[in-house]
Amino acid sequence: MLPQASDLGWDGNVLGLDSWGSAELVTLAGDSVKGHFFITHYAVAGAKGATKEFIDRYNAAYGYVSSLLSVILFTVDKETGLSLLPASMSLYLFPVIIIIGGIAAGIVGLLVAIPSFKTRDDYLAIITIAVNFIIITALNNMDFVGGSRGYMGMKKVIYGMEDVFKFPYMLFWVITFAIFTVFLIRRFITSTYGKGIIAIKQDEVAAEIMSVDTNHMKLVAFMFSSGLAGISGGLFAHVIGYVNPGSFSILKSTEALVMVYLAGMGSLSGSVISAILFTILLELLRPLQIFKWVLIPLILILVMQFRPEGLMGDKELSHFFPKLKKYYKFK
Amino acid sequence: MSLLKITDLTQRFGGLTAVSDLQVDLKEGGLNGLIGPNGAGKTTIFNMVSGFYTPTEGTINFDGNVINGKKPHSVTAMGIGRTFQNIRLWHDMTVLDNIRLSQHYHLGYSVIEPFFRTKNYFANEKRIEDKSMELLDVFKLQDIAHEYPKNLPYGIQRRVEIARALATDPKLLLLDEPAAGLSSSDVSDLIDHIKWIHDNFDITIWMIEHQMEVIMNLCQYIKVIDFGKTIAEGTPDEIQKNPQVIKAYLGDEGEIYA
Repeated sequence: MLPQASDLGWDGNVLGLDSWGSAELVTLAGDSVKGHFFITHYAVAGAKGATKEFIDRYNAAYGYVSSLLSVILFTVDKETGLSLLPASMSLYLFPVIIIIGGIAAGIVGLLVAIPSFKTRDDYLAIITIAVNFIIITALNNMDFVGGSRGYMGMKKVIYGMEDVFKFPYMLFWVITFAIFTVFLIRRFITSTYGKGIIAIKQDEVAAEIMSVDTNHMKLVAFMFSSGLAGISGGLFAHVIGYVNPGSFSILKSTEALVMVYLAGMGSLSGSVISAILFTILLELLRPLQIFKWVLIPLILILVMQFRPEGLMGDKELSHFFPKLKKYYKFK
Repeated sequence: MSLLKITDLTQRFGGLTAVSDLQVDLKEGGLNGLIGPNGAGKTTIFNMVSGFYTPTEGTINFDGNVINGKKPHSVTAMGIGRTFQNIRLWHDMTVLDNIRLSQHYHLGYSVIEPFFRTKNYFANEKRIEDKSMELLDVFKLQDIAHEYPKNLPYGIQRRVEIARALATDPKLLLLDEPAAGLSSSDVSDLIDHIKWIHDNFDITIWMIEHQMEVIMNLCQYIKVIDFGKTIAEGTPDEIQKNPQVIKAYLGDEGEIYA
């Protein structure tokens, strides 16, 4: 399905038909895959929903880091002067820049992990919302990233790449990073080491008494998932081509949370599926305009009423389709 | 030789003194009991020994090291295992995974190795799994290795929890009311089980228990506390005859007949 989508998007550009159509398509696919990032990291964290939700909240803002880097390095910008590196190099360096954005976000994740040592549940969630506000306010007042007007120029980088060789870069990179993320998370949570996080989620006191260093594990969980959210933020910025502090408001994190809750918080494949389905749903309901935001919360209410553990609970896809186990080991 | 030596241990919560001036000296290899009426401070003592509370005063010396103020996970790594009054298994993880996690303090691989799946990673994961399965075999729990604890009967959950505590290779095992919530036939099984553990593992046991059947059958040495203070200690026979213990448990005879 995905290659088809890229073909379509690709054709759209070549034929010069309706460029809007192709843009929409890329955004659609992009969004859904971006969803994975937000989401899968919850699955990683074994998601004590509230405990880990903060991450995308403020880290999506770290899309700024990689956007800034890529713009400074590769484009002629009136503010940053001449580009530091030729545009053709962005072809290879693009993933590096996205990963640097991820690392920067991971480091900030470290700072927010520290309050998590003493605070739990709802209180920790409140702290993370506070951090979100701090970051947004800070960005609003930083002139070199455009303040509240936002920051752009990322599209120039993409165009620069397309000048060298025509290819749906963003679609490719978003999908690649999505697969990479799921891969990393799966490796992490299937190890005895990573299971420590799930243990903390289920019973923190028991985890401590069974020799799990909970502070260390929280630090790792926060940094790891912040890093992944930072990567998704970077991709988001390049797909849209424009970021402003408002892009990373609480609504964005709510969207991501809904994806996780719909799927079931302990399920990796569930999160991926639900991210895709939810994005498609959002797009399908677009003609309803504002009523979309009546219908979607309604769906959420119904799910919470009749299936509070989410559609898949903590089951993986292989639980429903045992034959899949032959091809892929889920857990 | 004494394994656990507690001197002048006091714990205050605000104005409340939960434990005061406690002295304990556990010999290596013993099976010891800690009893007292509700709210006497028994679990508080266990919480201090296992690192959940930092004592207000006094020292806890375990195996030659002072351990007060240490985090529970490092206390566990030093060799104190523990179970809880209300079973605290990870209910949404298989029994095997429950046991496996007890090896978290010596995984043998670094943080990034799970991502790269190095040889060393596989070797250590294999070691952990083999060790866990071996332990489950010893406890005759191998058949339920892939079950979830929430689906198991209470008595079995208790056994899994004790097995999990032993999986950390403790020198001292703290059992907090192991018989709580068990039926009478389960209780006699438990007594045999604890005896068997004491005989087969090189371990010192210290247990809190309310059921006199369990305490009197198992323990060689008993300490009785009330309102945070030691009121008696000795062998089961001595304790049963001690007037102060009878008073603490049954009230003052004088009051009844006055």
